[in-house]
Amino acid sequence: MTTITLRFKVNGRPVQLEVPPGRRLLDLLRQDLGLTGTKEGCGEGECGACTVLVDGKPRLACLTAAVQVEGKEVVTIEGLAREGKLHPVQEGFIQTAGVQCGFCTPGLVLAAYALLQENPQPTREEIRGYLAGNLCRCTGYEQVVEAVLWAAERLK
Amino acid sequence: MNPTQIAEGKAVGQGVLRVDAEAKVAGQARYIDDLGFPGMVHAQVVRSDRPHARLRRLDLSPVLAHPKVVAVVTPRDIPGQNCVPIIYRDMPALAEDVVRYVGEPVALVAAETREAAREAALRARIDFEDLPAVFDPLEALNPGAPQAAVREAAEQGNVFNAMRIRKGNVEEGFAQADVIVEGEYRVGYQEHLYLEPQGVIAVPEEGGMTVYGSLQCPFYVQNAVATVLGLPFAKVRIVQTVTGGGFGGKEDVPSHLAAMAALLAWKSKRPVKLVYDRDEDIATTSKRHPGIIRYRTGAKRDGTLTAVEVEFFYNAGAYQTLSSAVLWRGLIHAAGPYRIPHVKVDGYSVATHTVPCGAFRGFGSPQVIFAHESQMDELAKALGMDPLALRAKNALRVGDRTATDQVLEESVGLWECIERVRALARWDELQREVEEFNRRERFRRRGLGVSTVMYGVGMGAKAPLLDKAGAYVKLEVDGSVTVAVGTTEMGQGAQTVLSQIAAEALGVPISSVQIAPVDTSRVPDSGPTVASRTTTVQGQAIVDAAAKLRQRIDQAVRLILECPQFTLEGQTFCASGAARRRATLADVARWMWAHNWDMGATGWVEAAPVDWDPQTGLGKAYFVYSYAAHLAEVEVDLLTGEVKVTRFWAVHDSGKIVNPDTARGQVLGGIAQGIGYALLEELVSQDGRILYPTLTAYHIPTSADVPEVAVEFGEAPYSAGPFGAKGLGEVPLMASHVAVANAISRAVGRRLRQYPALPQRVLELVEGGLG
Ligand code: FES
Ligand code: FES
Repeated sequence: MTTITLRFKVNGRPVQLEVPPGRRLLDLLRQDLGLTGTKEGCGEGECGACTVLVDGKPRLACLTAAVQVEGKEVVTIEGLAREGKLHPVQEGFIQTAGVQCGFCTPGLVLAAYALLQENPQPTREEIRGYLAGNLCRCTGYEQVVEAVLWAAERLK
Repeated sequence: MNPTQIAEGKAVGQGVLRVDAEAKVAGQARYIDDLGFPGMVHAQVVRSDRPHARLRRLDLSPVLAHPKVVAVVTPRDIPGQNCVPIIYRDMPALAEDVVRYVGEPVALVAAETREAAREAALRARIDFEDLPAVFDPLEALNPGAPQAAVREAAEQGNVFNAMRIRKGNVEEGFAQADVIVEGEYRVGYQEHLYLEPQGVIAVPEEGGMTVYGSLQCPFYVQNAVATVLGLPFAKVRIVQTVTGGGFGGKEDVPSHLAAMAALLAWKSKRPVKLVYDRDEDIATTSKRHPGIIRYRTGAKRDGTLTAVEVEFFYNAGAYQTLSSAVLWRGLIHAAGPYRIPHVKVDGYSVATHTVPCGAFRGFGSPQVIFAHESQMDELAKALGMDPLALRAKNALRVGDRTATDQVLEESVGLWECIERVRALARWDELQREVEEFNRRERFRRRGLGVSTVMYGVGMGAKAPLLDKAGAYVKLEVDGSVTVAVGTTEMGQGAQTVLSQIAAEALGVPISSVQIAPVDTSRVPDSGPTVASRTTTVQGQAIVDAAAKLRQRIDQAVRLILECPQFTLEGQTFCASGAARRRATLADVARWMWAHNWDMGATGWVEAAPVDWDPQTGLGKAYFVYSYAAHLAEVEVDLLTGEVKVTRFWAVHDSGKIVNPDTARGQVLGGIAQGIGYALLEELVSQDGRILYPTLTAYHIPTSADVPEVAVEFGEAPYSAGPFGAKGLGEVPLMASHVAVANAISRAVGRRLRQYPALPQRVLELVEGGLG
């Protein structure tokens, strides 16, 4: 099988891998790199559980070919903590009970992180709009919104 | 703020942070698909694509010819019985001669990779002889309808179960009524859509089988695996992994997955992973039962209810699974939380050649609640009464009799819920605001809807043998505490709430309590994690164990401090009086260990007795009930038929609330699922085939579809619950959908009688209603 040599950065660490051209970024992260924090909820671009950051922008890893991240910087949920300390967005989800089963959480945390990069002081409406691509079946979203507001306050 | 900072011994009633949150936000929590074992292979199920057919020939040689295939399994390879035991034993692990629904498993394939397993499974050649099939439950009742039910599992023909309630005399009740309303209501499937699809890994070891999985009820799974492998239970170990949502969908279905993975593991002697993808999960696993529900309700001019008559039919699908229990809960809840002297209810679960339905939050009650709460609004309209006042007038109170003639002895907080939701939403003002809005706007209408519900906590008289729980509480030598229980965390917050109960009962900080992983070889059977019973029943078993351990700890403290009286200050036991000796819990633990004391205690609880007569349908159906009152405001776009839920208020009585934050999370999440049920969620099926089993076609609420919700708790304590707690998990969903439905009906002036209220359906109402 033909493979392509892929070089990119994941969570700040440079990696080089041989990948078949059709390999999904999601499988590369979960299987080849063991970064299982990124979840697969649907595999068809509908749930947002596989959200990662590619050059700072939220992307669905199930719809992204691994080769598309050549030369780019990928951040997964495992890469958000700094020196063993959770990022305020992560802390926010803990503080507000924004986590239930947790399967949507890595994707939601990364989407919320990206939102706060773009818009550090979002309104509730803006948060609800921005996160509408990340499904959560457990929380009803209200405590997720509160988590983002908590983090926004902390990051001021 | 962190969990250790709460006042010692004051764990119950506090918004303690979830004990599982940190691992989950960090991406460190390991769900089933995140795990692997050396030598592990991947499974794919070969399924029927016919709703009803004779299996004439199954040729798997092309499958076996695939270079990466490791094993195939057909019914001939099953060492034990070909049966997934749930309540009945009608469902085979693999169909043998006849297939009864599209998607029914017929064979299993294991291969080195997931892709290879999929490719290879497609090569299976199955020779079917189609048989006549029936998909609609009413048609299935016709004489001469094709037989869907396995005969031994049905009461008669395609009637899996028929159940009834006869209280008083409805003819007399209707004769006393000044107003009678009548209607038929229809609901379709609701898919759980837990965000983590179903999955298990079966690992053959030590002459037996261990199955890891995303599941709610490990002891059900143990039974299924032991049955298909013909192994003693003691050789079958079930370990629950972090579970990404259940909502009932992981009550019975994991038994089937585990049985299939275990069969492949047994044959191949390799660990086998079976994880469904989303489409397979939607197409082939259980859902909320579709229903056809007919009601007649009578009331006097002043609103006093006199009679209700109900007939309802649930489409159970091809096998019994949990349908008899689902039907029973629907039956008991059919008359709502009201005082009604004359009640007649007939419920039927009907077999069809469709995917088996099962447990889903509310468990057969949301369907009838849609109908009874719609009827209450229709009555209010006919009587010219305020819908909240009509409910308050008839609301059950302590001392009243339920529809099954059960006397409610305690803990009935319904009336308080109604009055509090009225105040919380500023009901009178709110109605004026809405009228004002509707006068002003031409193409938009707002409406307000209310609903009230009761919920029988626990298994009830249908399955009293399952309503028990064990707990083992152990003081470790360093003063920390391990708690082993057989109920599971699936996202609802059980680990946190049970840790709080253990901490409170022992008087230790919550940070020193650890709930052990659920492994059937190490935890007591606590019955299933269903029926909103975990806090109430499991919690009480922990209280029982903790009380025994606490007695021993206190005895040790007296010996150590050489003083009969002592106080607990912070983490330290202090002798009373002049001695002033002190000892920490760690000191006490070390002393107990050094003196060879038993440092563990087991707790056990059987739920309070219930008893119910199937002939009359009367009796003590449940040991206690929870209650709720919901109020929704919607806005309907008259041009497009689109509905938006704009505001929502919810007041719940679930007894003492152990953790207000996780309880609020249960309410908010349940309301969102109810909004989905009422507005969005529809699975189209044709001839027994779900047409678009994808998340692209099946829409659940997003953050943009759910309003802000004001939540309050009225806490009518239950004397036999831990610190007064009752169940909560299912109640918010049960109440929410119909508050939305009632709001839509009021906004457009015509009654919504079918879910979901998709724009087209709403437009039809608008055209008929506003003319
Ligand atoms: S797994 Fe990628 S969007 Fe659902
Ligand atoms: S917490 Fe379960 S899906 Fe969001």
